Amino acid sequence: MLREFARGLWTTFRSMFEKPVTIQYPEVKRPVRKRFKGRHVLKRYENGLEKCIGCSLCAAACPADAIFVESAENTDEARYSPGERYASTYEINMLRCIYCGYCEDACPTEAIVLGDNYELSFTDRRQAVYTKELLLEPVSDPSKTTPQQTPPGIFTRSIPVMQDDVD
Amino acid sequence: MNAALIIESAIKSILLLLVLTGGFAYVTFYERKVLARLQVRIGPNRAGPGGWLQPVADGIKLIFKEELIPENANKIIFVLAPVITVIPALVVTAVIPWGETINLFGREVALYLADINVGILYLTAITSIAVYGITLAGWSSNNKYAMLGGLRASAQMISYELALGLTFVSPIIIAGSMSVLDIVRTQAEIGLFKWILYQPLAPFIFLIASLAEVNRAPFDMPEAEQELTAGYHTEYSGMKFALFFMAEYIKMIAVSAIGATLFFGGFLGPFVDRLPWLGPIYLFIKVVILLFGMIWVRATLPRIRYDRLMAFGWKILLPLGLLNVFISATATLIFGV
Repeated sequence: MLREFARGLWTTFRSMFEKPVTIQYPEVKRPVRKRFKGRHVLKRYENGLEKCIGCSLCAAACPADAIFVESAENTDEARYSPGERYASTYEINMLRCIYCGYCEDACPTEAIVLGDNYELSFTDRRQAVYTKELLLEPVSDPSKTTPQQTPPGIFTRSIPVMQDDVD
Repeated sequence: MNAALIIESAIKSILLLLVLTGGFAYVTFYERKVLARLQVRIGPNRAGPGGWLQPVADGIKLIFKEELIPENANKIIFVLAPVITVIPALVVTAVIPWGETINLFGREVALYLADINVGILYLTAITSIAVYGITLAGWSSNNKYAMLGGLRASAQMISYELALGLTFVSPIIIAGSMSVLDIVRTQAEIGLFKWILYQPLAPFIFLIASLAEVNRAPFDMPEAEQELTAGYHTEYSGMKFALFFMAEYIKMIAVSAIGATLFFGGFLGPFVDRLPWLGPIYLFIKVVILLFGMIWVRATLPRIRYDRLMAFGWKILLPLGLLNVFISATATLIFGV
């Protein structure tokens, strides 16, 4: 029995001289895994148009009922997304969201994607409701922001052509 | 006793209290740091440079916490219990000598607060009082977990006090005195090797029983989280909880100081006979090493089951303690000191 005690004590003593495994969080951040499900991001196409078409399938798929979408009509003078409709209101309540990613699966245009941001904190419950402005991916070029004025007859298809039909 | 002597004693008492309360704050920090390193972590390092202000931050936090007294608690005893626990822990170190006399401002100042001729008796008596506080805290909370924690504390204390008391007997036999200072002087006289040789089991029994005495892992049954939430201090919050915390850590310092004094030479060390001010430094180093041992054991061993704890105390430690007394008595009788 004494030998076991000695071995246990020796093991803990030895571990004193190992390098600590602690990651000093706010200064050092461990990158998240590839399939990590963090805060949602509403994606854009390369030309700056929003991918979201306001179909509300994400809201229907959401088991926590955290998503609220209201859609409006696109016109060629003020175009937000390809096709007929866009999301005029898009809100996610981050206190309700369970980060399951069903919205991502349901989205027909791959507009909503769960990103890598996990640093969500609020001082007020109202702050937990993320509006479209907060969720939308920022644009690099100010000319690519929405709404855009577009030539008529180009953006008629709301869902992009699939690259691989079998997919 | 003249006025100067009273002032000297008062200054020494205040100094001792300050060292103990300051020591309490930094033993928590020391424990958290060492425990973190033993578990391959870093430990507190945010408050102040290297985390050195962490105890201050903890203290401020506890002061501003709400003081809650349960509705059906016995209020007087509930408030009194932390005090009963902390006072013995503070006064028990009064008989521990930190050194011989030094010459300070042309005055011979003894580096000990009190050298009473029943020092060992004082130690055992005072350390036992602390358990009243714990048991009363458990009882007055009117909470079943607290009650069980308090009962366990008293049962454990009775079992381990015996073994602990028996380890005190062998130094008394060898030194032929119950004065703590005489015991240390005897160690200086006969040498530490011979001192341990005359009582080969006493340091081990003391180290184990003292862990149980201060309710530290692996003997922290009175506050076993899995069974008793927080044990006897379940209902305590704010500064009253801090007092229990303080009592536990000051008792850690106290038993380390007692152990260092009785078995590891106390303030003795190289050159201490010529430079008596080295005494407190040697005692401090020994206490720090013994505290490290306590933390090390906590990081290694899981809590043992309650019946095993009792069986270990009564069936192993107590006979070993008696054997130790027999060995040291026989050795002292045959070979002399």
